[in-house]
Amino acid sequence: MDSTAIKNFAAQIRYYTLKELNYMGYGHYGGSLSIVETLAVLYGNQLQVSPETKDDLNRDFFVLSKGHAGPALYATLFLKGYISEDWLYTLNQNGTNLPSHPDKNKTPGVDMTTGSLGQGISAATGIAYGNKIAGRENYTYCIVGDGELNEGQCWEAIQFAAHRQLDHFVLFIDDNKKQLDGYTTEICNPFDFEAKFAAFGFHTLKADGSSVEEINEAIERAKSLTDKPIAIVLDTVKGQGVPFIEDMYSNHHLRLDDAAKAAIEATTEKIGIEIGVR
Amino acid sequence: MTFEAKIGKTELREVYRKFLLDKARKDDSIVVLEADLSSSMSTDKIKEELGDRYINVGIMEAQEVSCAAGLSVAGFKPYIHTFGPFASRRVFDQIFISVAYAGTNVTIIGSDAGVTAEANGGTHMPFEELSLLRAIPDAHVYEASDDKCLQAILEETYRTDGLNYVRMIRKNAIEIYPEGETFEDGYKLLREGSDVSIVASGIMVADALQAADRLAEAGISATVIDLYRVKPVNEAALLKAAETGAIVTAENHNVIGGIGSAVAETLAELKPTLQYRVGVREAFGQVGKADYLKEQYGLTVENIVAQAKKLVDQKNKVGVNV
Repeated sequence: MDSTAIKNFAAQIRYYTLKELNYMGYGHYGGSLSIVETLAVLYGNQLQVSPETKDDLNRDFFVLSKGHAGPALYATLFLKGYISEDWLYTLNQNGTNLPSHPDKNKTPGVDMTTGSLGQGISAATGIAYGNKIAGRENYTYCIVGDGELNEGQCWEAIQFAAHRQLDHFVLFIDDNKKQLDGYTTEICNPFDFEAKFAAFGFHTLKADGSSVEEINEAIERAKSLTDKPIAIVLDTVKGQGVPFIEDMYSNHHLRLDDAAKAAIEATTEKIGIEIGVR
Repeated sequence: MTFEAKIGKTELREVYRKFLLDKARKDDSIVVLEADLSSSMSTDKIKEELGDRYINVGIMEAQEVSCAAGLSVAGFKPYIHTFGPFASRRVFDQIFISVAYAGTNVTIIGSDAGVTAEANGGTHMPFEELSLLRAIPDAHVYEASDDKCLQAILEETYRTDGLNYVRMIRKNAIEIYPEGETFEDGYKLLREGSDVSIVASGIMVADALQAADRLAEAGISATVIDLYRVKPVNEAALLKAAETGAIVTAENHNVIGGIGSAVAETLAELKPTLQYRVGVREAFGQVGKADYLKEQYGLTVENIVAQAKKLVDQKNKVGVNV
C-alpha cells in the first residue's frame, strides 16, 4: 500500500474501533486509538499474514501485549477478513468471541492471549526465539504500552531478547504518555525510553506514532538491522485522532455520558464520511 | 509382605535429564528452559547436545513461563524447571494466563518438594504448589513418589497437551516400585486391605507402606494408594479407598488444597468417608534435615498409624456402613 492507502486504512481502523466501542458505550478508547496508525502500517504493509495462513508457522507474528487495546486489533482483523463485521458489535457481550483483552482461542488472527500486562512481551520473545532456532525468516512484532513498562516482567523479556540477539523481534513502545491513573511521568517516571532500550542492548528508533510514513520507515529501517532486537518508540497521543478524547485528562477507559456520546459519534461520523462508508 | 525402605539407585533429576535427552533426540520440538538452577537439576549436562533448544533464561521465572508459552505458540514443546516455590507461587499468574488460559502446551517441573528443600529453608520450601495448581482449570498435576513413578509421569506429560505440573524431589527417593512397573491411570494400588485406607503422594508413599505394616501388626488391614496424579484425580481410585470406610491421607504439603483436599472434595460428593489429613498445618517451612522436618510437621509413620487407629475406632463406634 502507498501512504495514501495506509492513511485510509488507518481511518477505517479508527472508524470501526469507534463504532465497536460506541455500540456498548464503554471500553478502552484511549489506548486503542493510540495504536491505530501502527496497526494500519503493520497489517496494511508489513505483516506477512492472511486469514488463510493464520496457522502457518512461517507467517509473521503479532502480539498485542497491551491487551486492553484489543478493540483496535479486532477492527483491523475485520478489515483484513479474519472476522465478520457483526462480530465487532458483540464486543464484551455475553458469550462473545471478542473479549476486552485478546484471546487466541476465541478470535481468529490473534496470535497470543494477552491482558495481564507484561506477559505478552515475554511470550513474543518466546515466539521470536522459537522462530529463530527453527531457522524461519519471519518477524515477530509486539506492541507494549508505556504504562505497561512499569511491569518488571517486561524488563526480563527485554534482557532475554537482547541476550539472545533477536534481530527479527520488533518491539513498539506506545508512548502515549498516560496510564490508567494519569500521566506516566507522575505515577512512575519512565524517564527516557530510547536511552533505556539502548542501554538494554536494543537498536532504538523513534517515530511519530500518528505518521504512517514515519512508522513504515522505522519498520523498514528495523528490518535492515542485525544482531540486536529493535525497539521503536512511538510518540503517540492517548485517544489519538478523536479530539474530544485526546483532550480528556482521564481517557483510559470511558463510559460515555450523553455529551461524550454525541461528541464521539460526531467524530465517528466524520471519519465515516472521509472513508466513504457514510 | 512387608515394605523394606531402601533408597533407590537413581536420582530423580537423572530420570528427568535422561527423559529430556531421549525425547529431544527424537523430537525437534522439545525445548528445555531453566532459570539459573540447571546445575542443581543437572540439566546443564545436556546443554551442549541440545544447543539452541536449551535455554537458561537467568533468574527470571516470569519470563521463563511466559516465554515457554510463546515457544509453544511457535510450535515447540517446552519443559521448564525451577524450584517448587518459584515454579508455582512466584509465577502463578504467568502459569494461569500465559499457559492455562491461553491454551499453550507447557510442562513445569517444580523440584525440592516440601521438606526436601532442607537447608534452603522457609523461603524455598513449598507446601502450596498442589493447592495453587489444582485451582487452575484443566491443569494436569502430578507428584512423583520414586524414579519409576517419575518416569511414568514424564511419559504422560509428553502425551498430554496443555498445562502439566510435576512436583518432585531432586535426589534419590525411597524405592517404591520395581523395574518395569506399569502404572494405571493416575494412581497405583499398592496394598489392598479392609479396615482403613492410606492415600499418599510423593515421599509420603514410603511412610504409608511402613504404616500399613505397623497397622497389620496391630491386626488392622490397610489399603495403600499412591495418588501420583493429583488432578484430574481418578475417582475410581478414591472410591476404592472409600471401601474401607476410613481414609488417612498423607502428604509432604499443606493439608489445604493438596491430596487431602482432593480426596475429601471428591468423596464428599461421591461417597462421604471418614478422613484425617496428615500434612502440614498452618506452618511455614524452615531449615533442617528432611527427617527432622518430617517430625516437626507430623509427616511420620507414627502419626499415620495413630490417625488410622483413631479412625478405625471412630468408624466402629459410629457404626459407619461400609
